[in-house]
Amino acid sequence: MTTELKSTRDAFGDTIVPLGNKHKNLVVLDADLAVSTKSICFAGRFPERFFDAGCAEQNLIGTAAGLALSGKIAVAATYAIFSCRAWEQVRNVVAHDNLDVKIVVSHAGLTNNSDGSSHQSIEDIALMRVVPNMYVVVPADYYEAKKAVEAAVETKGPFYIRLSRSKTPVVFDEKYEFKLGEVVKLRDGKDACIFACGTMVAEALDAAEKLSQEGVSVRVVNVHTIKPLDKRNVLKHARETKVVVTAEEHNVYCGLGSAIAEVLCESGIPLKMIGIRDRFGQSGSESELKKEYGLSSEKICEAVKEILKSRKK
Amino acid sequence: MRLWLQSLWIEFKMVRDLKILLKERVKRIRKHVVWMISEAGSGHPGGSLSCIEVVSVLFFHKMRHNPKRPDWLERDRFVLSKGHAAPTLYATLAEAGYFPVGELRSLRKFGSILQGHPDRKRTPGVEVSTGSLGQGLSVANGMALAGKLDGKKYRVYVLLGDGECNEGQVWEAAMFSSHYKLDNLTAIVDRNGLQIDGPTEKVMSIEPIADKWRAFGWNVVEIDGHKLDEIVSALDSAEKCRQKPTVVIAHMTKGKGVSFMEWVADYHGKAPNKEELEKALCELENDN
Repeated sequence: MTTELKSTRDAFGDTIVPLGNKHKNLVVLDADLAVSTKSICFAGRFPERFFDAGCAEQNLIGTAAGLALSGKIAVAATYAIFSCRAWEQVRNVVAHDNLDVKIVVSHAGLTNNSDGSSHQSIEDIALMRVVPNMYVVVPADYYEAKKAVEAAVETKGPFYIRLSRSKTPVVFDEKYEFKLGEVVKLRDGKDACIFACGTMVAEALDAAEKLSQEGVSVRVVNVHTIKPLDKRNVLKHARETKVVVTAEEHNVYCGLGSAIAEVLCESGIPLKMIGIRDRFGQSGSESELKKEYGLSSEKICEAVKEILKSRKK
Repeated sequence: MRLWLQSLWIEFKMVRDLKILLKERVKRIRKHVVWMISEAGSGHPGGSLSCIEVVSVLFFHKMRHNPKRPDWLERDRFVLSKGHAAPTLYATLAEAGYFPVGELRSLRKFGSILQGHPDRKRTPGVEVSTGSLGQGLSVANGMALAGKLDGKKYRVYVLLGDGECNEGQVWEAAMFSSHYKLDNLTAIVDRNGLQIDGPTEKVMSIEPIADKWRAFGWNVVEIDGHKLDEIVSALDSAEKCRQKPTVVIAHMTKGKGVSFMEWVADYHGKAPNKEELEKALCELENDN
């Protein structure tokens, strides 16, 4: 991990143009947020294949579905929270008919910090995860986001790709080989395993480093594909380390932590979740929000220590 | 002069024959619909019976499609946005040869290709799954846009309910169609005046509905939705209209053809029992 900071939404802007060159049937739609989501990059290069739906998310998704039904790969971009406004359209048409609609959202989690709660999204993984046929991908950094967008465009079926506004530490590099649906072990360890996704992957690596200085060996596993979940390897890592902590920039209900818990529930392996504790967000700086909502490497360290302690009892 | 008269006579005969054929189709489909819903024990007879003429004109006269190749790329598309009229779509598809008419008896049964609302994954000829109201026009937008992008000649037709026009998404989509000048798109609104909770104007006023569409940038045509030649000429004029999508406000009778169902909101979502079925079939048989 370097100290370089880059946002995952920039990865979308940087990838979608070459993808547009490669796939002549790729079209991109946005709902009046093209500058923020970075779909503007595609609009500039391929104006004839870019469609702004205005601030109308239900029609955005429906139109994308119609395009997909007519042989197009349709990428629909907006903010995470506003894509949820069209959840039923996603469920009843896009996912039900298993269409090539790739919903690429930015400003997920709390990191759309200053705008406050209305523009933050801490429920979207949950909402998209419960819909059959959907792929749900939460990239950990800029490079993984690039690969995830490529994989989504090149894989049949509906996708939800959750990107971030904020510049976060780069974890991978250009050579990283992304495998859709497979977890990635980023750091080995034997005492505990942290499963993390998105912006919390860097925090998890940071936590593991801190813990190693205290003699605790922690494994860090990046779960970029929340659905379909790599159940076999989740179970393997959990069994090998015997205790599990999950970390996500999302409500602890029905997100990554829950998905991991669903896999582990019959294994007897103890688990602690780091995430937002069923509260709405608010305005503030990124660091203030991370502190207030417990989305930090310190909180992950505490969770690991607590769970190890309770196990020894 | 003689040649001209001759061709005129041939055209007249063709139109007359077509009308006779279409009328027969309409009658058969009406009977299928009433019978299917009764057999299923649930469904939506009112809004299925209202739109049969329109759907028949589309499938048996206007649209280029191939029942043997439902995925033919050049086909005209039909989206049933008011998905609860599924029985009409199914009976029409069966009559057109997408699947055997005998299949109609399985409506709403477990494992059937004929789900309560249209399901693209199960029924040949269904373009997109619908049922949740307000979504079909958006999908039709996407199809029409793709047609323009690819330089294809196909047209896209979408049938909406008047109650369905309460949905905000319809107006998001309406704005989009005219903004992108989708003149290869024709919407038809089944203006039968009733929705589940009662008359549309009592539940949620939709008038002046033609003005609303006009204000959204559409070419608007109003017709009697049970008159075959009015339907044909409205759809023809839609094809000639450039740079604008066309909406046909088709005034229809909910429950059309069955006296005790006509104008009765209760029959929006109530299946006829055995006795009512017999009465309905008898009325439909004798209706000329």
